[in-house]
Amino acid sequence: MKHIRNFSIIAHIDHGKSTLADRLIQYTKLVDDRQFRDQILDNMDIERERGITIKSQTVDLPYVDEKGKEYELNLIDTPGHVDFSYEVSRALASCEGVLLLVDASQGVEAQTLGNLYAALEHNLVVIPVINKIDLPVADVERVKTEIDNELGLDPDTAILCSAKEGRGIEDILRAVVEKIPPPSGDPEKPLTALIFDAHYDSFRGTIVSCRVFDGTVRPGDTIRLMSQGTTYRVEEVGIFRLAREPQKELTAGMVGYIIAGIKTVSDTRIGDTITVDARPAPQPLGGFKDVKPVVFSSIYPIASDDYQSLLDALEKYKLNDASLVYQKDSSAALGQGFRCGYLGLLHLEIVQERLEREFDQSIIMTAPSVQYRFYLDDGKVLDVDNPLYYPDPGTIKSSEEPYIKANILIPERYVGVVMKLCMERRGVNSQMSYPTPGRVEVAFDMPLAEVIFDFYDKLKSITQGYGSFDYEITDYRESNLVKLDILVNGEKVDALSILVHRDNARERAVRVCDRLKDEIPKQQFKIAIQGAIGGKIIARSTISAYRKDVTAKCYGGDITRKRKLLEKQKKGKKRMRIVGNVEIPQSAFLAALKTDDE
Amino acid sequence: MNRTALPGLYVHTPFCKTKCPYCDFYSVTKTARIGEWVGAVLREASRHRDAFPLFDSLYIGGGTPSVMNHDEIEGLLEGLSDIFHFDDTTELTMELNPDDVTKEKLAFYRSLGVNRISLGVQSFNEQEVRFLGRRHTARQAQAAVSLVAQGGFAEFGLDLMYGLPRQSTRTWLQTLRKALSFGPAHLSCYQLTIEGDTPFSRLSRGGNLQLPGEARQGALFLETSNYLTGAGFIHYEISNFARSEKTLSRHNAKYWQHTPYLGLGPAAHSFAGTKRWWNVRSLDGYLENLDKGTAPVGGSEELSAGQMRLERMLFGFRTRWGLETSEISSEASRATLEGLCDSGLIELRDKRIFSTVKGYLFADRLPIMVSA
Repeated sequence: MKHIRNFSIIAHIDHGKSTLADRLIQYTKLVDDRQFRDQILDNMDIERERGITIKSQTVDLPYVDEKGKEYELNLIDTPGHVDFSYEVSRALASCEGVLLLVDASQGVEAQTLGNLYAALEHNLVVIPVINKIDLPVADVERVKTEIDNELGLDPDTAILCSAKEGRGIEDILRAVVEKIPPPSGDPEKPLTALIFDAHYDSFRGTIVSCRVFDGTVRPGDTIRLMSQGTTYRVEEVGIFRLAREPQKELTAGMVGYIIAGIKTVSDTRIGDTITVDARPAPQPLGGFKDVKPVVFSSIYPIASDDYQSLLDALEKYKLNDASLVYQKDSSAALGQGFRCGYLGLLHLEIVQERLEREFDQSIIMTAPSVQYRFYLDDGKVLDVDNPLYYPDPGTIKSSEEPYIKANILIPERYVGVVMKLCMERRGVNSQMSYPTPGRVEVAFDMPLAEVIFDFYDKLKSITQGYGSFDYEITDYRESNLVKLDILVNGEKVDALSILVHRDNARERAVRVCDRLKDEIPKQQFKIAIQGAIGGKIIARSTISAYRKDVTAKCYGGDITRKRKLLEKQKKGKKRMRIVGNVEIPQSAFLAALKTDDE
Repeated sequence: MNRTALPGLYVHTPFCKTKCPYCDFYSVTKTARIGEWVGAVLREASRHRDAFPLFDSLYIGGGTPSVMNHDEIEGLLEGLSDIFHFDDTTELTMELNPDDVTKEKLAFYRSLGVNRISLGVQSFNEQEVRFLGRRHTARQAQAAVSLVAQGGFAEFGLDLMYGLPRQSTRTWLQTLRKALSFGPAHLSCYQLTIEGDTPFSRLSRGGNLQLPGEARQGALFLETSNYLTGAGFIHYEISNFARSEKTLSRHNAKYWQHTPYLGLGPAAHSFAGTKRWWNVRSLDGYLENLDKGTAPVGGSEELSAGQMRLERMLFGFRTRWGLETSEISSEASRATLEGLCDSGLIELRDKRIFSTVKGYLFADRLPIMVSA
């Protein structure tokens, strides 16, 4: 066990986490340089484009120090977004230490601090690493001062590195070995292994990533997932190199995988404890939470005959994403589809993009909603996450919506704009604290519905990227809710209905009407777009009738071009839905969801 | 002599003395290589002798065919008639620019067998003619039309353009009235459109050229149709009017019926069966290919049944020949048809669907509207 180190890299976005991970992999000769592909860990397209890690991957780095002693360094990758904070906490719970990466030109940022707290919460050894020292604007001395003043860490322990140029990598590996303690634990005790991730493999079923705290697990053992009580026979255990490498056993302190005929990722729970059924641990490891979806939205195929294909795609997608939940849904405007629950808005976007890119689905998503609660006159309590099931307003005694405790960490200079933003989003009970000089932690009670759209993006933009944000759902509070309907030429487009606080209804209605006006192409007749609560119209826009086409010439040389244009339009038409007699393109449904003004 | 099934022959003359700022037809202003080009066209023609043995229309277009001198035009036409056979009724059209028209030239063309003249007048209003960058004045245009009308060409047509910036309905109707006063057999009335890479498109992108709005253009279109049909003309294609069934353009009608046509010269398009191909859009490239004995083809396409059908719909809605009701099969599309009938964009007669004049305004989108 003395030769094992379990660690993560935590960093503000863009401070070079993936590049450093790649360098470590390269340095330890896990791949030869010829095979080396940039940013091996972030291998999903979306992750590459957004520069964030969604699904974490773990890699076991073989390392030999100068005395010839061999080590196994388990680098546990962590996702970098608030939607996945629970996954991050389980990954950190599997480590003994972290590399806290700070950009030599940007210095300590809000997320750096948030990451530090998360690491300290798990009693991890923190090694500060100053990255990007190759940049001409790098200011190592200033960053060291910040590490001292703002993080309270010893700046002399900070390692200087340029992941891009491969400088300082040896120092980092040495520090990991010297400073991060080896895991403790007793291989003879009953097994406790923490699930921090799970992937689906079409040949082997679910590959569970885990950290063994006590005990030993071997192929042939019958394991029990403690929160569910389900049991499986272990087929294979092993460690993560770039590919999976089977081992005879996983024992206390090790990080690795278990394959046990678990059919889908949904049969496992991140944070659950694995034990051996024959000799179970008296109690599971702490910190387990059954993560529930907080944002709901429906997915419809653009062409209604693609329903089955969408169902297949969702089933396949779900194999690898336990946090997505879905059930059948149907809409008068859009036909058959699915109501889906997500961990947050980023999660929703990821599902949408992956369905479109990897599963080749053309889909329409409805406006995201939280789960509201209605108390009816007859004493019934109704939880509603879909505007279609909004009860008859005449029967509602009271309504409630979920509230969160939002924690925002910012440099002091942004307090004003952040307070304003939170108050605009119906934030109440503000609290402020000063964890370090110059840094402010602002806490607000806020309706969840106010943060699920674009709150995080707004926050980042008004704080120039320095704001970090975390939340937990606290309780349900009374709220004045109404259902906002959108009508196109007098016909209600149910897929565009939203539940919204009465005070926000008009503004939302105006925005949706304007958006649709821009997105729905002119047709031969005038189109009225209206926002209504009950029978009352509260917003309106009009699309004037289309008067003529280009009546250009059409001779021998024009025909092919004209036909190609028609073919393109015909394709576009397949992506339209007809409501009443109005053709509404997919883009209009998407635009209606956007809340910001760009 | 309007719609026939025999193939048509088109020759693209890629030369202009000056370029008009709205036009995106391929042409160059260096006329030194006209002689070479005539030779190349005849070489190209020879390549198709077997596939196209007989034509009943020949259209010398451009560019500006009237930049050819007597020897060149004679060499071209005689060369073509040596290579191909032409039906006795062949319609032989030549495009002329008003500033090239002389009595003597007209007589010469007639002697070569040209029996139809298409004159690029564009407007009889001085300001508009200038705006369009034409080399002639409105007065020259009038003189040219007079010469053509008196020169024994029973069938001559005029090209006119409307929907110009700041053009009033009044000046447009004046141009139309003037045109009618010469007794043309045919009128092509084009709405000014901003094409690909032309000086006008650059002006337009820079915000320095503003076309009339949709509603106004639509109104002008209907006004034009009204005026000319009131004067006895047949509005047989979106931009084309004929004085009688006999005087509509036989050659152009082939484009809209999937009748085969062979296009010679750079950038010319050809069609036969389900294949369309087009020549390179470069005089140098064209000459070089034919010099080496290779086909000057720039591209081609083989149309699927669906593509043929889509084109039939496009043509059907753009012309008074309409399309067969059976082309539109699905339930949903049938419902759309009824709606279009109700709103007066189409008419159903004898198992065919026809655009109304109002329907012409939407001709380019009707195929999409009735597609499931």
